[in-house]
Amino acid sequence: MADPDVLEAPNILEYPYTRSTGLVIGRFFTSLRDGRIEGIRGTDGRVHCPPNEYDPVTGESLGDDAFVDVGPGGEVTTWAWVHRPHEKHPLDRPFAWALIRLDGADTAMVHVVDAGDEARMTTGLRVQPRWRHERVGDIHDIEAFVPEDA
Amino acid sequence: MAETTEPVTMIDTPIELRYRFTAGLAQSRFLRGVEQGRLLGQRCPQCKKVYVSPRGACAACGVPTDEEVEVSDTGTVTTFCVVNVPFYDQKMEIPYVSATILLDGADIGLMHLIQECPSEDVHMGMRVEAVWKPPEERTPSLESIKYFRPTGEPDADYESYGAHV
Repeated sequence: MADPDVLEAPNILEYPYTRSTGLVIGRFFTSLRDGRIEGIRGTDGRVHCPPNEYDPVTGESLGDDAFVDVGPGGEVTTWAWVHRPHEKHPLDRPFAWALIRLDGADTAMVHVVDAGDEARMTTGLRVQPRWRHERVGDIHDIEAFVPEDA
Repeated sequence: MAETTEPVTMIDTPIELRYRFTAGLAQSRFLRGVEQGRLLGQRCPQCKKVYVSPRGACAACGVPTDEEVEVSDTGTVTTFCVVNVPFYDQKMEIPYVSATILLDGADIGLMHLIQECPSEDVHMGMRVEAVWKPPEERTPSLESIKYFRPTGEPDADYESYGAHV
């Protein structure tokens, strides 16, 4: 309970970080800006999306020649429903955080599924990206994934 | 547009943490004093040190500090920093000086700005005084003191503040 003798005030810390992407994630974001989703093929043939800078098996650098188009559709491999989004969440209505394995990829990417209702969410749900109107080259260029049959 | 064909190399990832700060009883009394142009500290009953601003207990002795004492708004610069580096949301024009000031009667330094003199003139032992905002503009915040400025008195002997550097 608030004590009338004790002062209180908002204390807001802001860190306006700018981060360098590196070559691989930079290219991934550049492709998102163009409306494409790219993964990267490792030496064992598996396709990683989002792309890795280094081959997870050999540790070698993966270069421009290893990029491959994936998606845009994919399937939910696991998910968690957010009943009450907070102000920093990407949507202002309930949604799912999900791991989505895009077509042609062997690994899954965390993103948002705007399913409207938790009852629509299932493992194996087919989804498609909903692109942002004005894309700038970051992960939010995909506003959310939506169920294919929506 | 060239801007949209260049490869992406940087992204903005702003972080914002929204806290609600509670000052506690001792600091609330201190801040209400500041609003009235007074600097109120607390003395430890064991080691007799005076804390400004007070936190309600002595960190060294681990006992409550119930005795309230008023200290002066003049003091001595113990350490200082000339800020030459611009940063986000900077309120001051650089260069400016941020200093630890040992108020007369206090045993712990208070951090504030030193103004009304060139930054290269600020030094350890310099005597300074608070420049308050007019009473109607004061709030329960150390911003009620605009800054400290040199008094023109001779420097304090190192022995008088050396234990607090």
